[in-house]
Amino acid sequence: MDFGFILASAATEIFSPTTAAYALAALGLAVHFGYSGLLNFGQAGFMAVGAYGFAISTLSFGVPFFVGLLIAVIASAIFALLLGIPTLRLRADYLAIVTIAAAEIVRYIVTTNQLTSVTGSANGLAAFEGGFYSMNPFPEGSYFGMNNRDFFIRVVGWALVVICCTLVWLLMRSPWGRVLKGIREDENAVRSLGKNVYAYKMQALIIGGVLGALAGMVFTLPRGAVQPANYGTELTFFLYTCLLLGGMATVLGPVIGAMIFWVVLSLTQGILYGLIESGAVTWLNTVQAGQLRYILVGVALMLLMIFRPQGVFGNKKELAFA
Amino acid sequence: MRSTSQGLPAGGRRGLLRLLGAISASILAILLVAAPASQATSPSPTPSPSNQTFQNNISGFLRDDTRAPLADVTITAKSGDFTGTAKSSANGSWSIGVPEQGTYTVELDESTLPEGITLAEGQENPRDVTFSQTSNLSVIFAFGKGIVVQEQDFGQNLLNRLVAGLSFGLLLALASVGLSLIFGTTGLTNFAHGEMVTLGAVLVFAFNAIGLPFWLAIVLSLLGGGLFGYVQDRGLWRPLRRRGTSLVPMMIVSIGLALAVRYVIQFFFGGATQQLPFAQSPEIQLGPVSISPNNLWSLGISAVVIALIGIVLLKTRLGKATRAVADNPALAAASGIDVDGVVRLVWITGGMLASLGGILWAYYRPGVTFDMGSAILLLIFAGVTLGGLGTVFGALIGSIIVGIFVELTTVFGLAADLKYVGALFIMIVVLLFRPQGILGRRERVG
Repeated sequence: MDFGFILASAATEIFSPTTAAYALAALGLAVHFGYSGLLNFGQAGFMAVGAYGFAISTLSFGVPFFVGLLIAVIASAIFALLLGIPTLRLRADYLAIVTIAAAEIVRYIVTTNQLTSVTGSANGLAAFEGGFYSMNPFPEGSYFGMNNRDFFIRVVGWALVVICCTLVWLLMRSPWGRVLKGIREDENAVRSLGKNVYAYKMQALIIGGVLGALAGMVFTLPRGAVQPANYGTELTFFLYTCLLLGGMATVLGPVIGAMIFWVVLSLTQGILYGLIESGAVTWLNTVQAGQLRYILVGVALMLLMIFRPQGVFGNKKELAFA
Repeated sequence: MRSTSQGLPAGGRRGLLRLLGAISASILAILLVAAPASQATSPSPTPSPSNQTFQNNISGFLRDDTRAPLADVTITAKSGDFTGTAKSSANGSWSIGVPEQGTYTVELDESTLPEGITLAEGQENPRDVTFSQTSNLSVIFAFGKGIVVQEQDFGQNLLNRLVAGLSFGLLLALASVGLSLIFGTTGLTNFAHGEMVTLGAVLVFAFNAIGLPFWLAIVLSLLGGGLFGYVQDRGLWRPLRRRGTSLVPMMIVSIGLALAVRYVIQFFFGGATQQLPFAQSPEIQLGPVSISPNNLWSLGISAVVIALIGIVLLKTRLGKATRAVADNPALAAASGIDVDGVVRLVWITGGMLASLGGILWAYYRPGVTFDMGSAILLLIFAGVTLGGLGTVFGALIGSIIVGIFVELTTVFGLAADLKYVGALFIMIVVLLFRPQGILGRRERVG
């Protein structure tokens, strides 16, 4: 078993565009759940709205990259509004069920054969990333062992993560953020101070949702394709695992959580495949090894929630559920 | 909501260790229970007397216009030098193994068809078929006296879908009554309930695959479902309740459990769709309604079981105790009711009901897959929410509405692959206008 190779491929996961996408989406969840106490189980839906909003506007209407970006962001803000109007007055577990249902509705709609000409149904859409890569300032060549395209998407993805983290950090230490945390702790107390709790929650839902939409775009651009099967409910649950790993009411927690999540997944896959190839493990095949990793994710989520709900960096006093 | 304990006293630490052990034990228990399935994942449900040595198959079922199987019909597949032949088996299935995925000319030998049966008009024979990325290619031959597509008038279709929807709704109700009971007594929104549904069907398949008789497989599967409910409560939820864990963390723990159990099932069962025995049955005409016997059985069984649950809840001391715990656990405990005992019983019953629902769902679809339960989890939630979280009879009514709604939307022109959207959408609309659900009380909603 080549440990050097396994470690190297795990290390590349730290800065992969997928990790950046998970970090952004988990940051959105931190705004929802960690800071505002909104139990959004539909983050995969926001990501799908972002990815499809961008892909459809580029392919069907031929708009330039930044217009497509704007459309994706606006679409996710509208999705947040539509979701928020009926549900933000409800109890936390109702919000969870409604958001998960809404995310599934989005997935069913982009999967249906009725809209194949627009969404490509189960096969999804492809070849919409040209506008993005045509802006690549890096000339062809090797950058840290990557070609200029891979390097460009990493730079853009992680720059986006840094910008969004800074914005969220600034927002949360502003008076606006303090009200939001107050709502998380005691909604009625904040209401009695004359604050419009509903409006604050709606704003938080929109901001987290836009982060999710950006994550959806960072997720699809390096793949050059968007497929509905990627946006199932499990994606949301993986994002929660990232968020809880890092710490839910922190800015860097979701980012570090996403890095840990992907490094651990890559390490376990490398080690399991290595053991299978070397013949040390005969009761597994490679397909089952892939499933074993997701069993581990599930068990990790349970254990985290039970034994260290504040995550690696979190503060136990800042939990959305006291 | 109660608050989580901040520091951990010595006793709490020991409790945590026990909890950790219990979680791994319950995972292990699932692994052990699911183990037999691993031996039974690869063979196809009905091996036909064809050359099975190849990886790729062209297959299909032959049925006449009354859906009765056609046996001993010869079918050949040709491509270049390769020629494969198969005869349809007693249940009408045929399968030809082919060396590689590509385009084949499939021909049905019409002289081997039973007397009086002819291919339907417009059915190309021979015809060219092409694999599209999967290792199995199904070819459908339609038979009948000059009928190309079976036309049904609208009223007939509506009635058939209504009955099918009722059957689907009742099987959803089996799962959602359990979910609702658990929510009512413990406050937990259990996202792992879909996996309890899957387990029922997978266990029947596993026990049947190791050669046990069908009835025994079903009984063992129900017991397995009850055991899973018991182990979950004993090993996970009761210690968490003792710690005073609040509801949102418990909900996230149940998501972790759902992921773990789903992939444990896939680990042993594989990703393929398997069929339970007697899954294929021709539809029969019952008065004005045409329905498959399986659906009819499903309808009857779930109606009887739900009626039994209702009687127990309304007429017995145990039912009264359950309702008391659901209403106010502290007050119930103060008046001498064994709350933990009631909750344990609710988990066991919920597990058995979910198992039964899973078996019936496997016949309704038809087919057993590792994610069949999570596919209807949201419909179960929709039923429970529609009726009012925590109310048992609300869950029943809500599920029936969801089941009928799902089936009827296809009659009124919604595409079949969007039929779940309608049910989820009306759940959101109901929450908008009547968040406590149909039978829920207003003060239950914050």
